Amino acid sequence: MGRQLKFEIFRYNPERKGDVPHMQEFILDETPNMTLFIALNRLREEQDPSLVFDFCCRAGICGACAMVINGRPGLACQTKTKDQPGHIVLHPLPVFKLVGDLSVDTGVWFREMYAKTESWVHTNKVFDPAKEEERMDNEVAEQIYELERCIECGCCISACGTARLRDDFMGAAALNRIARFVVDPRDERTDREYFEVIGNDNGIFGCMGLLACEDVCPKGLPLQNQLGFLRRKMGITAMKQIFRKK
Amino acid sequence: MQTFYSDLLVIGAGLSGERVACEAAQNGFKATCLSIVPARRSHSSAAQGGMQAALGNCAKGEGDNPDVHFIDTVKGSDWGCDQEVARLFADAAPIEMRRLAAWGVPWNRVVPGQSFYFKGGEKFEKYEKEENEGLITARSFGGTAKWRTCYTSDGTGHAVMCTMDNRCAQLGIDVFDKKEAISLIHDGDKCMGAVVRDLRNGQLEVHLAKATAICTGGFGRIYKATTNAVICDGGGHILAHETGLVPIGNPESIQFHPTGIVPTDILVTEGCRGDGGTLLDVNEERFMHIYEPEKAELASRDVVSRRMTEHMRAGKGVKSPYGEHLWLDIRHLGDKHISTKLREVDEICHHFLGVDPRVELIPVRPTQHYTMAGIRTNKDGAVYGLKGLYSAGEAACWDMHGFNRLGGNSLAETVVAGGIIGAKIVEFLKGYETTFDTGVVNAEVKRQEERIHDVTHGRNGKLNVYEVRNEMQEALMKGCFVFRNKEGLEECVQTLQGTMEKARKVGLVSDGVGANHELAAAMKLEGQVRLAMCIAQAALMRTESRGSHNREDFPERNDAEWLNRTLAYWPEGADMPDLKYEDTTPLFELPPGDRGYGGGKIIPADEKYVTERTVKSPVTEIGKKK
Repeated sequence: MGRQLKFEIFRYNPERKGDVPHMQEFILDETPNMTLFIALNRLREEQDPSLVFDFCCRAGICGACAMVINGRPGLACQTKTKDQPGHIVLHPLPVFKLVGDLSVDTGVWFREMYAKTESWVHTNKVFDPAKEEERMDNEVAEQIYELERCIECGCCISACGTARLRDDFMGAAALNRIARFVVDPRDERTDREYFEVIGNDNGIFGCMGLLACEDVCPKGLPLQNQLGFLRRKMGITAMKQIFRKK
Repeated sequence: MQTFYSDLLVIGAGLSGERVACEAAQNGFKATCLSIVPARRSHSSAAQGGMQAALGNCAKGEGDNPDVHFIDTVKGSDWGCDQEVARLFADAAPIEMRRLAAWGVPWNRVVPGQSFYFKGGEKFEKYEKEENEGLITARSFGGTAKWRTCYTSDGTGHAVMCTMDNRCAQLGIDVFDKKEAISLIHDGDKCMGAVVRDLRNGQLEVHLAKATAICTGGFGRIYKATTNAVICDGGGHILAHETGLVPIGNPESIQFHPTGIVPTDILVTEGCRGDGGTLLDVNEERFMHIYEPEKAELASRDVVSRRMTEHMRAGKGVKSPYGEHLWLDIRHLGDKHISTKLREVDEICHHFLGVDPRVELIPVRPTQHYTMAGIRTNKDGAVYGLKGLYSAGEAACWDMHGFNRLGGNSLAETVVAGGIIGAKIVEFLKGYETTFDTGVVNAEVKRQEERIHDVTHGRNGKLNVYEVRNEMQEALMKGCFVFRNKEGLEECVQTLQGTMEKARKVGLVSDGVGANHELAAAMKLEGQVRLAMCIAQAALMRTESRGSHNREDFPERNDAEWLNRTLAYWPEGADMPDLKYEDTTPLFELPPGDRGYGGGKIIPADEKYVTERTVKSPVTEIGKKK
């Protein structure tokens, strides 16, 4: 113990007249079991109350506090300072619109994604409260849950080469979302319907295969497998469509 | 200034808020949800364990039905709940779980054949029936007679939240995030909506609606040590309470969870104990079975928290730089169980403690966890005091939890109450038209602009927001925690009176421009201290022990004098809450009796009072047998 940490934090408040983006230095004494959640809150409460950043659950389950920590996107709440060098550089996530300092607008981005992917179970069945639930294989249920573990922190999007180049790229989070519905037997959409949504350069064929998305995912989601799975499926769908035209 | 209009304005977009909004939207009404964070980050998503509903599909849930669920809930509440509400809840829960399944929740399902489970560290065997294959299964939770908690691995809240938010997207409900309601617009009779601060740019806007529902969750953050997310700061309660017309129900009724990890107070699920985890003391010996021979680790939360505190007081706690704690042991559950069914626990241990729960013990201590206290509503979810104002979920004191809620009942309440209250709001909207008085709206906006200006420019004083908040949090930890007594509570009230003075004199250090957090904290500080004061004063007055409310100087549950609910009003300009009382429940299906755990003497209620209110019900007979 007893380390003195040097923080270098990106500062910019778009609402403050004349403000320009810059880096600001803070010094803080490290304490046992310190996380960036503890450190940033101490900086705000003790040194600079104008500092803007987001935390919510502070337990790694909500995704609010994603930021670029020493060059790598991750969750601030589950980053222990003892695993970092004494000089910690913090930036907001790229790609998303900046709210101020370390806070970005993931909410609007993800809301638009739900609309694009039509992120809900498509079915013609009407719920009957008097009936027993429809049965499901437990393994299928667990498989769906595996893909639903995404916390929408945005790390995968900001680490994505394609998303950095083009605004309309859907990114791993959206493709993972589609995969979640593809494996769900309750969703009656066909492969052709999914193809309409992701069978293009904004979707599955825009991925350059750099796979940083999976590297930085704080939940360890198998994003690489999902990309492969969907690309194969969509490739086959595309082939079928070509042959059908003959 | 932008003005938005909708039929239903929902403040808070967690599970109960979104469920209420869905009900309105499905019936053709325009619903808007406001949330200070993107909806899926709501604290609902942090619930790991599951939702109680008497489906009775799994082997250890056989014979379960809403009557048994009702009995567990009433006993759990220590007879502090409204039995009409508990009945509505228990009956609707199974339907609501099936509805969630239809909407997309990947509930874990029954797998037929032999499997094993742990109870109190011992291994048992069970057989799931072939004919139930694929139905929604359940796990065991504290305080329940049957295995009744529906779950999706260890991410139930997250999975249900995803599905609910998807449902909102499908129904075209406007869910606006980074919006914080800072006051209600009302004319002393009806509620017309809210003044809202945009947390992106700091601008104010007005949201008008025929009906408004407050679904903002609990207010654990007024305590120093809490499992709650940082957004659970009482914002919604403060909106209603500061009108002076709306009471907080049972403010003294605050739940402490036995297993917050030390030092960050992050919760590890009750599922740990449900699945067979044990609590150990400094000598690494079990102790819960000594205090609670029958239920041991599976006694209800208030009991386990109390026994842990007692055991630490008896010198059996583990000393650490962060104070004393005990150990949670899940090593014997094995790698497979820990890495699948308790994966979140595993991750929490790794990320926040650097502990491997397969081979190491987890340091835990009781921590503030849940507020049974809340905005008092009737059984329709309509808030006392203002027409057109509703509340659901943890924010509300709808009162199915009374003085202690059972694990798995809160997450279930969010959607079940959301459905029931949503339907009542639809009924209200169908028969209601209103006009909005622009004079009232403008006056309220002006009042808020002035408040912001004053605090930003230090017009009332320059006291530090965070220091004053800290004083309040410490006072509650000291005087209003697991155990309470007259001296401690009196001191707490006195301290908080001083804190109140200070809260009125805070001024910002920063300039308050844009998405400023210091301003948001300052705006709700006085309201938070009012809530704290309600807790302390109500706890001081309630001279008995019931559920989570433990008076060392009054260890008996006193049904003769305290079979009632506290209503804490805060009249305009007052310095102390005005406490009133109402009957706990209009009727008894289950007359007051022994909970079967937790010990303690009961001073019985007047026999005539109970008999007059007892109704004929299948439950009365089942209840007697237990």
